[in-house]
Amino acid sequence: MPDRPLPQPTPTSQPFWDGLRQGRVLLQFSPSSGQWVFYPRNRAPGTLAGDLEWREVSGEGTVYTFTIARRPTAPAWAEDVPQLIAVVELDEGPRLTTELVDVAPEAIHIGMRVRPVFQDEGPVTMLRFAPA
Amino acid sequence: MLEQWADLARAALDDAGIDPREVDGICTSGLRESASFVPSTVAEYLGIPVNFAEFVDLGGATATGMVWRAAAAIELGAASVVLCVTPSMPAPPPPEDAVRAPASRYGASSDRWGSPQAEFDIPYGNVAQNAGYAMIAQRYAHQYGYDPRALAKIAVDQRTNAGAHPDAIFHGQPITIEDVLASPMIADPLHLLEIVMPASGGAAVVVASAEVARRGRNRPVWVSGFGEHLAFKTPTYAEDLLRTPIGPASRRAFEMAEAAPADVDMVSIYDCYTITVLMTLEDAGFCAPGEGARFVNEHDLTFRGDFPCNTHGGQLSFGQAGLAGGMSHVCDGARQIMRRAGEAQVRDCDTAFVSGNGGIMSEQVALVLRGD
Repeated sequence: MPDRPLPQPTPTSQPFWDGLRQGRVLLQFSPSSGQWVFYPRNRAPGTLAGDLEWREVSGEGTVYTFTIARRPTAPAWAEDVPQLIAVVELDEGPRLTTELVDVAPEAIHIGMRVRPVFQDEGPVTMLRFAPA
Repeated sequence: MLEQWADLARAALDDAGIDPREVDGICTSGLRESASFVPSTVAEYLGIPVNFAEFVDLGGATATGMVWRAAAAIELGAASVVLCVTPSMPAPPPPEDAVRAPASRYGASSDRWGSPQAEFDIPYGNVAQNAGYAMIAQRYAHQYGYDPRALAKIAVDQRTNAGAHPDAIFHGQPITIEDVLASPMIADPLHLLEIVMPASGGAAVVVASAEVARRGRNRPVWVSGFGEHLAFKTPTYAEDLLRTPIGPASRRAFEMAEAAPADVDMVSIYDCYTITVLMTLEDAGFCAPGEGARFVNEHDLTFRGDFPCNTHGGQLSFGQAGLAGGMSHVCDGARQIMRRAGEAQVRDCDTAFVSGNGGIMSEQVALVLRGD
């Protein structure tokens, strides 16, 4: 993996990354609007309420969409094709960008149930997904 | 790029028959030479003082975004002649030891610390544009089904149009549906020939008051309606990936123009990918959601056809000169209404629909252009 860029947490997002390090998926929740939020913010999107709180969720969800990148999306992924890039919709509603692992490209389909896979890379833990 | 800005400005003003000293407004995109204070850098270089100065940052929707901002400023009386310029030819290259802006390594993705893309999207390889558009196309296929031949036909018809435009980068190189489907799969389901061709170049238009336009050299093209809509940067966070921003933007533009999609004589639809054209046809109201493939199969999208689309070849076949790619659609629509499209002229073309699209279908602008 030549120079793959790693996430650099901010004070706002640090709890999310700390959770992944412990094998837990933490999402923000806004009690006033009842919405789950991803990515981490300092205020709830739409209402700008300041009541976001961290809650642990299962991390399970479904594949919302995906692609099989047969040419690297950038030079840093030159040795990683095909890249199995996906958007996963967590059961609570929010969607996130990720990569699918432990799955054959031809087996991936929209609506596929997935579970979180925690992969340590240097100082951070990446959140990828595998078939449930 | 300042040199090119000046060249493009002079060319557009000469073409319009307007003296540079009449210019009192500018809309500019980014400059290699200056990360900020862009409009004043341009005004100083041109030696043209202005009363209206816009720095527009809407990716591929920058050009269309400039046109309506200029028109609105003129309507308000803030200016009477506005230059809208998108230079995109980084020549000559800077010397090796020159101070360079650190270009993003990841296409349109923001890679600075604290950017949500840098933290939650780029590290998973979801960078630049191909993967994002591919994932929209996959979701479309899941929802409505997918006809790869219809998508390919968009590229083929536009290539035919490029054959009628001597400036198109693929002029004189016709292709077939089989060629498109046989080209390499880049990111499923996008083939190479469904993906825009980068090029070098630039484009400019002059937006002027009615009084100035009527004494210009060309048939005036009126900005009759416009709309703009944006809600996200990364499609992962779109509320509904299959309802693109061109929907609300187009509704607003048609309403303002007191026109309907059926009134349009030609369309110039931002075509970074074939899927963008398909979904714009649906969301702008030329056909119902999910009916895009049938619409494409039932209509001839060439300049000779019953639904002329991207008569300059589109960016897929004309070439995408950076942000000037978006301006190429403005020029395409304007040239048709001016009756200056040459071999590709659509007969009696009085109304054109033009779209702009920035990011990954994340920021979109619609224009309705009309002749008298």
